[in-house]
Amino acid sequence: MPKVIYIENNGTEHQVDLPLGATLMEGAVQNDIKGIVAECGGSCMCATCHIYVDEQFMGLLPEMEEEENEMLEGATAERMSNSRLGCQVRISNKLDGVIVRIPEKQ
Amino acid sequence: MSVKVVIIGAGHGGVQAAASLREEGFEGEMVLISEENDLPYQKPPLSKGYLQGKQSEEAILFRSPHFFQNHQIDLRLGVNIAQLDTEGQLVITKEGETIDYTHLILATGATNRKLTMEGAADVLYLRTLADAKAIAHRLDTARKIAIIGGGFIGLELAALAQEKCKEVSVIEAQSRLMERVLPAVISDVFQKTHEECGVQVHLNALTKSIENHCIITKEGKKIEADLILAGIGVIPETSLAEEAGIACENGILVNEFQQTSVANIYAIGDCANHYNAFAQKRIRLESVQNAVDQAKTAVNHVLGKTQPYHAVPWFWTNQYHLKLQMAGISAGFDRYVLRGDVDADKFSVYYFQENRLIAVDSLNRPADHLNARKLLAAQISPTDAQIGDLNVNLNQLLG
Repeated sequence: MPKVIYIENNGTEHQVDLPLGATLMEGAVQNDIKGIVAECGGSCMCATCHIYVDEQFMGLLPEMEEEENEMLEGATAERMSNSRLGCQVRISNKLDGVIVRIPEKQ
Repeated sequence: MSVKVVIIGAGHGGVQAAASLREEGFEGEMVLISEENDLPYQKPPLSKGYLQGKQSEEAILFRSPHFFQNHQIDLRLGVNIAQLDTEGQLVITKEGETIDYTHLILATGATNRKLTMEGAADVLYLRTLADAKAIAHRLDTARKIAIIGGGFIGLELAALAQEKCKEVSVIEAQSRLMERVLPAVISDVFQKTHEECGVQVHLNALTKSIENHCIITKEGKKIEADLILAGIGVIPETSLAEEAGIACENGILVNEFQQTSVANIYAIGDCANHYNAFAQKRIRLESVQNAVDQAKTAVNHVLGKTQPYHAVPWFWTNQYHLKLQMAGISAGFDRYVLRGDVDADKFSVYYFQENRLIAVDSLNRPADHLNARKLLAAQISPTDAQIGDLNVNLNQLLG
């Protein structure tokens, strides 16, 4: 199973194994990572699973759909070039070792 | 006496209350009781990703099984409560076990309203994971599916059944789909889309009886179906509260801190009848947002922080390519202003009451929705010209 390294806003690091096909949001919620709210349960409706993905993995991520792009515009924490919604990124073998940082607020 | 919190109901409100208590530093005893046997799960995906087969059972759990253990949350599954003893501060289970509390949170939710006419016993409803499993089982083999009720749940079921290449009919008593909560400009887009996808939409149609896999309406229409589903609203689950003498009226009556008429008993979520500042009256809201935010309000009060409930209501529905996000309560609007392109299924409706913005519905315009929640929270009303001009970034009004 691919590994994901979540880094909470206070610096706490969690290395977890995710089953293929799980989203980075699901992985965070199931592993009790703080700072991912995911109020809508993964429907791309609430922008409360905002994450920053380590730059070196950005090119390997599934392409962003327009609706995710628009939701990120309204996210609470600042949108950066490496912002994604965790519910829209499914884990694959290519993403093994990906580093995901959690913003201060959702 | 040390604080011990018992939560009845492990839906969105109950689980949020448990999680928030620990997040806020509560270290005392906590019991979370669910009458269902399944680990607590999220409800919105049931009528969407789960029944579509896109989300597994594990994927819709709120938390991993370890979460409850790791946070000393005593999760009791499959436990039915017989009664509350408010004097003795006890919850009594059907098996006769007593669980004491200093603070009790009722997150009992609601149950589906059921059809009572002849032949209605075979109709399926969607509320719980067990319901979804029963529907999934029948959906595989069914060819003709009739759905009674053209509200959110009924239409989400219609969309996913249609996507599974079934012959689908929707039977709605009102003259428009989702008429209770949406204006014609939005209802019409949904009706058009359902019809273009092949759903037979019957409006102004009241189901009279169901005989031999056939729905017969009052007007004499006959609609054949080998699977009948219904989404015709819910009834708040108030029986425990009522029997304990807690004041109820269309739900369990609560104040701005979610307290019921018994001060150390709180009610949250679908079952709680509260004064809602955005509706400007007492209402019950059936939504994830309301359950989650009321859970946080109740938890704050249990822990001695007084923060009255004042969250912008929001809801959503997904059907085909249509994503509708609603912010605020539009009931009572006297006019609305459109933003975006109605013909492209990409627009928002800004509702006003006496020139004050009271709600915004956004169809495939998620950025408008997130902005609208902030506008409503800050009580900022954009002008008609600002709304109508897509070159105006409404986020700039927030300062």
